[in-house]
Amino acid sequence: MDINTLRILTTVVSFIMFVGILVWVWRNRNTSDFKDAANLPFKDDQS
Amino acid sequence: MQDQNIESSTYNDAVIRQFSIMAVVWGVVGMLVGVIIAAQLVWPELNLGLPWTSFGRLRPLHTNAVIFAFGGCTLFATSYYVVQRTCQVKLFCGKLASFTFWGWQLVILAAAISLPLGYTQGKEYAELEWPIDLLIAVVWVSYAVVFFGTIARRKVKHIYVANWFFGAFILTVALLHIVNSAAIPASFMKSYSAYAGVQDAMVQWWYGHNAVGFFLTAGFLGIMYYFVPKQAGRPVYSYSLSVVHFWALIFTYMWAGPHHLHYTALPDWTQSLGMAFSLILLAPSWGGMINGIMTMSGAWHKLRTDPILRFMIVSLSFYGMSTFEGPMMAIKTVNSLSHYTDWTVGHVHSGALGWVGLVSMGALYYMVPRLFGQKQMHSMKAIELHFWLATIGIVLYISALWISGVMEGLMWRAINTDGTLTYTFVESVKAKHPYYIIRLLGGLLYLSGMTIMLWNVIKTATSGKAATATIPAVAAHA
Repeated sequence: MDINTLRILTTVVSFIMFVGILVWVWRNRNTSDFKDAANLPFKDDQS
Repeated sequence: MQDQNIESSTYNDAVIRQFSIMAVVWGVVGMLVGVIIAAQLVWPELNLGLPWTSFGRLRPLHTNAVIFAFGGCTLFATSYYVVQRTCQVKLFCGKLASFTFWGWQLVILAAAISLPLGYTQGKEYAELEWPIDLLIAVVWVSYAVVFFGTIARRKVKHIYVANWFFGAFILTVALLHIVNSAAIPASFMKSYSAYAGVQDAMVQWWYGHNAVGFFLTAGFLGIMYYFVPKQAGRPVYSYSLSVVHFWALIFTYMWAGPHHLHYTALPDWTQSLGMAFSLILLAPSWGGMINGIMTMSGAWHKLRTDPILRFMIVSLSFYGMSTFEGPMMAIKTVNSLSHYTDWTVGHVHSGALGWVGLVSMGALYYMVPRLFGQKQMHSMKAIELHFWLATIGIVLYISALWISGVMEGLMWRAINTDGTLTYTFVESVKAKHPYYIIRLLGGLLYLSGMTIMLWNVIKTATSGKAATATIPAVAAHA
C-alpha cells in the first residue's frame, strides 16, 4: 500500500473516532457513571 | 503483617513533599535567572564580560529551570498526589518513585552546570546534551511506570479526567523527547542532530510546540481538573465537556507546530496546515477554560475570601487569554508582524507566568499544608500579598512586551516612498529600551512573590511535621 494512502486512512479513522467519542459522550452525559466520575476527587474526604 | 497493612493503607506522600519543596526552590532560582537576563537586556554590561554569564547561555538556563525544574517538579508532585487520591491506592513502586525524584534533581543539576559552560544541542527547550538526554529518558520512563502502574491497580472503576491529562502528558513528552533528541554523539557532551535541514527544523518545532501543548498545557490541565474542584468544594462544571476537551486537545495539538516556521523553507502547505490546526485549537482550549471557571458557579463568593482559589481562577483567565492570542498569532498575516518580535516573548509569558505559574502556586498552596499536617499555610496574608505581586507583575510584563513587540514589528516593515527602510535595526532596539525596564520591573514583582512563597512554605513545613494520609478503608464504587 502507498504510504500516503496509509496516512490518509489514519487521519480519516482518527476523525471518525473523534466523532464517535462525541456521540458516546453526548449519550452518556446524564448517566450516573459520569456523575460518579466527577465526584471522584471527593471520595477520600476524611481530612 | 500488621505493619504491612498500615504500610499499604497510607498514601506515599514523602516523594510529593520532596517534589513540592523543590518546585518552590527551583521556581525562585529559575525566575531569578529570568530577572537577571531581563536586566541584561536593559544594561548589557551586566553580562560581566564573561562567557558563562552571557545572555546566550543564561537564557536557556532560565527556560530550562522554570519549565523543567519548577514546572517539572510541580507536575511530578501534583500527578503523584492526584493519581493516588483519585485511584485510592498507594503509589506503585515507592523505590522507583523515589528514583524519579533524585534522577530529576540530577538532570536539573547537570543542566545548571552544563548550560553556563556552553554545552548545548542548540535546539530550543531541548538544549541539553546527549548524556543528560539519556538520563532524562530513563527518569521519564520510570515516571511512566510509577504513574501507569498506580492507575493499573486502582480501587475505583473510573479513571478520573485529571489522570487522563497527566497520562497524555507523560506519554507524549516521552515520545517528543526521544524523537527530537535523536542525535549522533561526536564526543562526550557534543553531538549532531539525526535530522538535517528543514526536517530538523520541523522535528524541533513539532517537539517545541507539543512541549507547550503537553508539558505546559495537558499536565497543568490535570492540575486544574483536580485542584479547582477541591478548592472550590464542588465537582467540575461538566464532566462530559471535560472528556470532549481531552480528546479534542489530543487530536489537534500534534499538528500545530509548523506555525513556528511561517515564511521559512518549510513547504507552504505545511505552514497553512499548522495555521489551520492552531486556529482549531481555540475550541478545546476555551472549552477547558470555561469548564474550569464555571466550576465556580454558585460559589463565586469564595473568590472574595480565598486567595488560593483566586490564584487558580485568575490562572484560567490567563489561559483563556493566551490561548486566544496564540491562534491569532498563528495566522500567517498576523505572524508576519509578530514573529521574531517581543510580542512572542510577551505571549509566552502570559501563558507561563499567568497560566502555568499561577495554577502551580495555587496547587502547591493547597498541597503543602496537607502534606505537613497543617490546617492551612503559615500565613494567609502572605498568600494574598503573593497573589497581588504576581498578578501586577504579569500585567506589567505582558503589556510592556505587547507594546514593544508591535512597535518593533511595525518599525521593521516601515518603508519610505522610494522603497528604502524607514528605520535601521538599531533604532528599533533603542526604541524598546523603556519597555525593557517595565518588563524587568514586572519580573521583579513576580520573583518577589515567589520568594514570599518560599518563606511561607518553609515556615509551614518546619512548624508542621510529615503527615501520613490514610487511604479510605472502603473503596468507593465509582
